[in-house]
Amino acid sequence: MNSDLSEQTVLSVEHLQMQFATRGGVLKAVDDVSFSVRRGEILGIVGESGSGKSMTAYSIMRLIDAPGKIVGGRVLLDGQNLLELPEEQMRRVRGKRIAMIFQDPMMTLNPVLRIDTQMIEALRAHQSLGKAQARAMARDALARVGMSAPDERLLAYPHQLSGGMRQRVAIAIALLNRPELIICDEPTTALDVTIQGQILNEMQTLCRESGTALIWITHDLAVVAGLADKVCVMYGGKIVESGAVQQVLEQPRHPYTGGLIASSPSRNRRGQPLRQIAGAMPSLAELPSGCPFRTRCPHATAICATMPPVELQGQHMWRCFHPLQQTTGAMHG
Amino acid sequence: MASIAADIETPLQAFLRQFRASRMALLGALVLLIAIAAALLAPWIAPQNPYDLAQIDILDARLPPGAVSPEHGTTYLLGTDEQGRDMLSAILYGMRISVFVGLTSTVVALAIGLVLGLLAGYAGGRLDALIMRVADIQLSFPSILIALILLAVLGPGLGKIVLALIAVQWAYYARTARSAAIVERRKEYIEAAVGLGLPPSRIVFRHLLPNCLPPLIVVAALQVASAISLEATLSFLGLGLPVTEPSLGLLIANGFNYLLSGKYWISMFPGAALLVLIVAINLVADQLRDVLNPRLQSL
Amino acid sequence: MLTFLLRRVLQSLLVLAVMSVLIFVGIYAIGNPIDILLSPDATQIERAQTIAALGLDQPLWRQYLLFLWHALHGDLGRSFAFGSSALALIAERLPATLELSLSAILMAIVLGIPLGLLAGLRPQGLLGKSIMTVSILGFSLPTFWVGMMLIMLFAVQLGWLPAGGRGETVLLLGVPVSFLTLDGWRHLLLPAFNLALFNIALVIRLTRAGAQEALLQDYVRFARAKGLRNSRIIGVHVLKNILIPIVTVIALQFGAIVAFSVVTETIFAWPGMGKLIIDSIRVLDRPVIVAYLLLIVVLFVAINLLVDILYSLLDPRVRLSETKG
Repeated sequence: MNSDLSEQTVLSVEHLQMQFATRGGVLKAVDDVSFSVRRGEILGIVGESGSGKSMTAYSIMRLIDAPGKIVGGRVLLDGQNLLELPEEQMRRVRGKRIAMIFQDPMMTLNPVLRIDTQMIEALRAHQSLGKAQARAMARDALARVGMSAPDERLLAYPHQLSGGMRQRVAIAIALLNRPELIICDEPTTALDVTIQGQILNEMQTLCRESGTALIWITHDLAVVAGLADKVCVMYGGKIVESGAVQQVLEQPRHPYTGGLIASSPSRNRRGQPLRQIAGAMPSLAELPSGCPFRTRCPHATAICATMPPVELQGQHMWRCFHPLQQTTGAMHG
Repeated sequence: MASIAADIETPLQAFLRQFRASRMALLGALVLLIAIAAALLAPWIAPQNPYDLAQIDILDARLPPGAVSPEHGTTYLLGTDEQGRDMLSAILYGMRISVFVGLTSTVVALAIGLVLGLLAGYAGGRLDALIMRVADIQLSFPSILIALILLAVLGPGLGKIVLALIAVQWAYYARTARSAAIVERRKEYIEAAVGLGLPPSRIVFRHLLPNCLPPLIVVAALQVASAISLEATLSFLGLGLPVTEPSLGLLIANGFNYLLSGKYWISMFPGAALLVLIVAINLVADQLRDVLNPRLQSL
Repeated sequence: MLTFLLRRVLQSLLVLAVMSVLIFVGIYAIGNPIDILLSPDATQIERAQTIAALGLDQPLWRQYLLFLWHALHGDLGRSFAFGSSALALIAERLPATLELSLSAILMAIVLGIPLGLLAGLRPQGLLGKSIMTVSILGFSLPTFWVGMMLIMLFAVQLGWLPAGGRGETVLLLGVPVSFLTLDGWRHLLLPAFNLALFNIALVIRLTRAGAQEALLQDYVRFARAKGLRNSRIIGVHVLKNILIPIVTVIALQFGAIVAFSVVTETIFAWPGMGKLIIDSIRVLDRPVIVAYLLLIVVLFVAINLLVDILYSLLDPRVRLSETKG
């Protein structure tokens, strides 16, 4: 692979802001989020539900419906700002240059349409192909993601397949048009643990082979540890820490990241009380001013009511007035 | 301390506020109130009692609106029908009947359906299956058919029509009440009531019933209009009220033949009155449904 | 699939049997037909003769069995009023009523679904709101009133369409139908629309609600993420999902349409079963009433059965779960 190409930034999100206008006021679901992904790179976005990670993904794809609205920032795909594209051009980007895989494949595949219909239409929306040709490509795609008996599967309906198979179909669909970037929104959360591992491995291999960039959204740190090159930690709609995976996990600076790492099951020893982060993430309507984590943070002081500035150490970024100093030690996979 | 009471909005106030949000519904409600008032006050405000044969003069028949009776000198604001009845009076009395029939049948059907539905939903098992079977069979038949049969068997008359309308409607209420009861039955406040050892009758009527009412109110509002419409249809077909006490439907039927010959008022005005009544009720009912819909509340 | 079919057919037959009992008992047991058919000063002998002739002296259950026996042979009694076979009377008028009813259903689908989709996709727009208002009117306005207004407008004022009656008929498979002639169409249009109006409004509302709900579903979001055109998303993904419940409701409405055709036929002087049944009810002509009711019940049961089958064909989830179970 050309080393120049591998340095190329595929996606650059700059100061993205997305809000919901509700009766109760304006909710900032995505608040000044910035990150970038290079060709073939895997970026993990970690956060609890409500942290804004899915909304970020939808914003990139411009799949936000009223009452939500993107109100600021830029989303650069190969240098082109997607937020400024007319809708028809954006349609051509979706599925072709950026693909997305959702969490629950039972809900995302149309239950009354056959698998082949749903795959063929994804192809024919972006390329002019005959049906037979499209069907052959669909079959190959299924084989590539490890589906047994692909011809039979093509004729099946979604509810006839298991959860793992459905997700493989979704992955196959994502890969059909050879996108530059795939966004995966918690694709393994709804699956059995054993299947999870398989799919993770396969995704990683597929992306390395084809040079496709990957954004993997999850609440599970362990997944990120084994899979990603870079990680962003989100809380309350903001990115509180980001950087290379090794670095962030071994030397977390933001207390929330530290809390996440400490409370992950693999880190807890049998017989000891489970470590957890006290409290719960506030809803978007009740976010505190300044650092969103300060209501649960043991290190918070008065100054945390104002937004902490960005601190950079090489690729490692965090926003905290009282960053952690210790090292957590080598991260178990 | 006094300010707290002023800040809290009672459910009634919240309901009224949300209801007011739709101008169409307000219009409908206003029209409805006027119609009901006119209907109630008919004996006092109508120029003539159309049921009193002594007051009707056949020589005044088929006069156009605004005409003056050559015999009596009275002005017929909306014309007269083929019997010489003053249209305005006939319409007022006709609306009276429509409103009466609609309200009575709905209220009684609501009561019957509510009780049966709650019982079915709360008790479950065989009772539930039995009541619902009967309701289902009835619901699978079009209302007009059931009404036709009943009237054929029982004969015409005001009471019989109300009976027929009740028979046609109760099943809707029973179904709705049962669904609501089944949903509410699983909720914790019912469990708590059972845990307290309250007798089933008290649980059903004091705890379950008030929470099952909103969907029923919506159904009832729509059904009133439907009942009025059905009664008019039956009268139009000649199976309803007797000729001497015409409801709006019969008035319209009588005037049907004159439509083609230009004497439109005999049919048109009663028709317009019926229409206004029904549309007003439906507008109100629509808004009621939106306001009382729990799913929309959470937004 | 076959067991499913068999089970449903058996269920239907059972319902038919039960309904026939109910109808029979209901009609024959209440009221006294003799009093209508005989003048008050008929002699006892004449009474007895008439009773015997019409079989009204037998115990009720016997009457029922006789009735069933005759019914299965196509003999549903002779009309008290006309003297001719009740079944023949009804059968003669059936094609006209069916033609009217089927046209009404067709209109409901062809007009209701596109309008409902429009209203569902742009609920805030002017078009969407006006469609919904019109649909409220379609619900509320009594059928007979609308019929009268249609005649007033199109026949009297504009003179575009005839005011009543059925048009020219041609024989299709031995049955006279009027929709194959232009004249037939002109006569069919107003009454069919009149009959359809309520259902057009119903379909509009169902389609709109279905479309709005469908648009919130994840598969729509996924389809958009795949980069599909809006026309495909609505026309294939959304439509296929909402079509199933809508078709079910429409099919189940068919019975109501046939029943309400009574009103439309009266207004438009359409030579169907409507006038016959009204007159029969007035004079309590039991054989005709029973024949009509039985026919309606058979129609209902047949429709329910067809709808079940149709549903299982359209919704792959149902079809496959039945074969597994």
